[in-house]
Amino acid sequence: MDFSIHITGFVALYIFMLAAFAGWVIIGHVPAILHTPLMSGSNFVHGIVVVGGMFALLNASTMQEQAIGFFAVLLGAGNAAGGYAVTGRMLAMFQTSGRAEKHRKPSHTKANHRPKAL
Amino acid sequence: MTMTSVAQLIIGVTDLAAAFLFMYGLKRMSSPVTAPSGIFMAGLGMLVAVLASFLYVFDVSTAAAPHLLVNVALGVVALIVGGGVAWWAGKKVAMTAMPQMVAIYNGMGGGAAGAIAAVELFGGKTSGSTQLVVTLLGALIGTISLSGSLIAWAKLQGVIKKPLRVRGQQYFNIFVLLGTLAVAGYLAYVAQGAAIQRPLTPQLIYLFFGCALIYGILMTLPIGGADMPVVISIYNAATGLAVGLEGFVLGNPALMIAGMVVGAAGTLLTLLMAQAMNRSVANVLFTNFGGTPKRKTSHIKGSMKPIAAADAGIFMRYAKSVIIVPGYGLAAAQGQQKLFEFIKLLQAADVSVKFAIHPVAGRMPGQMDVLLAEAGVPYDMIFQLDDINDEFKSTDVALVIGANDVVNPAARTDKSSPIFGMPILNADQAKQVYVVKRGQGKGYADIVNALFYADNCNMVYGDAAAVLTTMIEAVRGLGAKAAA
Repeated sequence: MDFSIHITGFVALYIFMLAAFAGWVIIGHVPAILHTPLMSGSNFVHGIVVVGGMFALLNASTMQEQAIGFFAVLLGAGNAAGGYAVTGRMLAMFQTSGRAEKHRKPSHTKANHRPKAL
Repeated sequence: MTMTSVAQLIIGVTDLAAAFLFMYGLKRMSSPVTAPSGIFMAGLGMLVAVLASFLYVFDVSTAAAPHLLVNVALGVVALIVGGGVAWWAGKKVAMTAMPQMVAIYNGMGGGAAGAIAAVELFGGKTSGSTQLVVTLLGALIGTISLSGSLIAWAKLQGVIKKPLRVRGQQYFNIFVLLGTLAVAGYLAYVAQGAAIQRPLTPQLIYLFFGCALIYGILMTLPIGGADMPVVISIYNAATGLAVGLEGFVLGNPALMIAGMVVGAAGTLLTLLMAQAMNRSVANVLFTNFGGTPKRKTSHIKGSMKPIAAADAGIFMRYAKSVIIVPGYGLAAAQGQQKLFEFIKLLQAADVSVKFAIHPVAGRMPGQMDVLLAEAGVPYDMIFQLDDINDEFKSTDVALVIGANDVVNPAARTDKSSPIFGMPILNADQAKQVYVVKRGQGKGYADIVNALFYADNCNMVYGDAAAVLTTMIEAVRGLGAKAAA
């Protein structure tokens, strides 16, 4: 069986269109309070470029390609690991004063819901 | 099934899972309650995708087969070194330095996309003109993002202090950009358009990447430090786009989806930030903000009235309601912990305390929220501009700490002000305003603030942390006296 992926022009455009739409909708609902973690989080997500770097490096057949491929994986890994580290640190800091109470009361009230600014 | 098919199947499934986890993770980041699990899910997706990428060894080209062992070793080393150093730096960095850290990581992503394109170009691996053009486009965007992000880092870190502007700079930048595009066009022509197809000349590829790097630098140099958040956000979106384009070249849908999701999300975020500053993105990039001649200040009536920190602290202790407007000055003085300590004293005295956060407070939208969260301030005390702006009218005291331009009423009234029309926090409408400020200087945007001269405003001069310490002592002293 053949599981290799072939993407031609129009299929690529459909993927791009749907992904762009998804990104727009997902971010549209993030409250302003989370904008910095979000920027850092989306920065982490494009760290997936490291996988492309691995592909390029493993397929390298000259010293030059190996050097550039190594560079690509190095930078991509930095993007992914660093992005995760800072985003995780930031998000772990957010806490509510009503956290203890909320666990007692099953009804989630206003404290749980942040209105969207902007 | 052959080993190649099995590898392709596993890579296909993990990449699909990764693409799903990225989007679901970002979705969960839309609330502070679910956000930590959101980044964890996205991280899980990244981990499986990276591990699965080693399965590419079963599917390499015949030319690369003899080098496979070396390549795998290089890959492991690059992952461990690059990931390790960045992880360590990310764990170490102070929250105030977060924007420049994000800029660095973002530049790395752009550089990686550019490097992937370079491997494709030098190896002559692209097939067909569409692939070649997309490779070049991704390379251009990624490389500009790399050098631009580094300049943004240098500006935020204070390595580059002043925006660099010379006459005719915009024209020169356009010239460099056109030159870069011309080299790219010539590359595409030589490879595909000419009657006889030839491999790309390495010198031209170097020239292309060199021009793109220089353009990224030139484009970012004239932009002022205050606009860097918007610039980083633009480069974040740009890197996403570059990753998505290179994903198409490599035939990897996970890269395409993740890249394009970030491209769109980053674009929206950029627009939101620009909107919060009441400026268009083009205005941020191409007009030299702050370079306009300084406005005359003579039409501002009144004078700046200083007050002792202790007096201001005691006044707030007996107020019913206080709204705090924090700015970057608070974070620069590392005063968040002290501020929260002071607030707990006020709350113990039944004063209602809220935080009002301007969308562009700090050096990055939402950075102030993170800095307050770091100090332990619960996020249900923190309110955004639209939610709290009407409350200033009925509030006893507005305490402005280290913020300046975001409370300048000139944005509402003075048409000649460069920030006219920017949404501001209406701190001036509170019955009493205290402004904690290091000195009499102007804010980051270098504009005189009419609020400081208003009748209901008093200035508390000093380092934010020191002022807050004095206030805490003053209020504690009251409590001790009352107890005695």
